[in-house]
Amino acid sequence: MMTLEVLCARFEGLDPEDLRGWIGAGLLRADAEGETLVFQEIDVERVRLILELRETLALEEEALALVLSLLDQIYALRRRLGES
Amino acid sequence: MAEDPYKVLGVARDATPEAIKKAYRKLARQNHPDLNPGKPEAEARFKAASAAHDLLSDPERRARFDRGEIDAEGQERPPPRPAGGWRRHAEAPEGGRYDPFAESGFEAGDFGDLFADILARQRAAETAPRPGRDVAYRLSVPFLSAVLGATEQLVLPDGRQLSVKIPPGVVSGQSLRLRGQGAPGRNGGPAGNAVIELEVEDHPLFRRDGFDLHLDLPVTLKEAVLGGPVTVPAPAGPLRVTLPAGSDTGRQVRLRGKGVAAEGSRPAGDLLLTLRVVLGPPDPALEAFVRDWTPQKPFDPREAMDDTP
Repeated sequence: MMTLEVLCARFEGLDPEDLRGWIGAGLLRADAEGETLVFQEIDVERVRLILELRETLALEEEALALVLSLLDQIYALRRRLGES
Repeated sequence: MAEDPYKVLGVARDATPEAIKKAYRKLARQNHPDLNPGKPEAEARFKAASAAHDLLSDPERRARFDRGEIDAEGQERPPPRPAGGWRRHAEAPEGGRYDPFAESGFEAGDFGDLFADILARQRAAETAPRPGRDVAYRLSVPFLSAVLGATEQLVLPDGRQLSVKIPPGVVSGQSLRLRGQGAPGRNGGPAGNAVIELEVEDHPLFRRDGFDLHLDLPVTLKEAVLGGPVTVPAPAGPLRVTLPAGSDTGRQVRLRGKGVAAEGSRPAGDLLLTLRVVLGPPDPALEAFVRDWTPQKPFDPREAMDDTP
């Protein structure tokens, strides 16, 4: 479990406002402990994926949300199929 | 030996930086491991393309490669690109966190509303004079420093050194806060904090269990049978310990207060020795003795195993 500051500092040049935007848009999950947002390791990788889609693959915000949603569906189906 | 980066990207040797970037993006799009679950060959192609792009996108290194001064792997290897990290999580059970089909699970926009209040309050707070950002660092803590407490030096990217006081008993993942050592404040706010995430290293001999320490202690046959004083390594220095007579392998000896040091009202933990009898090199005299020896109380150490075949 880590706070927003710790998560943010794991990535160079990542603005906390970006993180909040992604949470608000439903791209990234967080858990609330009182007034504090906390994150898990899987969320760190989620941020890395979002950054790669945005920077390496140059996806715009709307395309990015679509790609993430398709990926989530694919991985959910793969987990149900029990493949690896 | 890596392949010729120009071949990997499929570009001419005089390709423009834009052409190289375009070729890389195309390959990355086709082969990104997170977009190609279950296709290891895609991951290999992605890694090759990333390495080739790292080399060719840096004009200086590209020129050195063209002049033959460095090979395709580059003289200083670029840091490994962690692509594919999402796939490992998404395919594991915890991937359910982002499952759009799960009943209680993730639905885009859903939990966003849940945090709307918190996010709005956090944003509102930002127009006011506000403190500087907290800056996170990671600090590797030697095992014994985490047991006894210590002051470790953290070297910041700008070369400054911070002395970080490590209280005894810290564990990996715990973070410490140094007030005012983060980014400077805005609108007259105070400087942020340094948030230091600790990573406690392992120790070749000791193992932590809460505030207790475990140590496997090899003993000779003589020490096991007769007991007596032995010297035992302990975090704060060697200890003289008297072993009880007739100790089997697996016997535990508890040294009270010799584990993780006390802090505040928390008492010190214990050091638990687990004895392990070691016979050592073959000894003809021992063999002769055991051959002629008739135990006074013969017993079967495997008796309890009869019921559980």
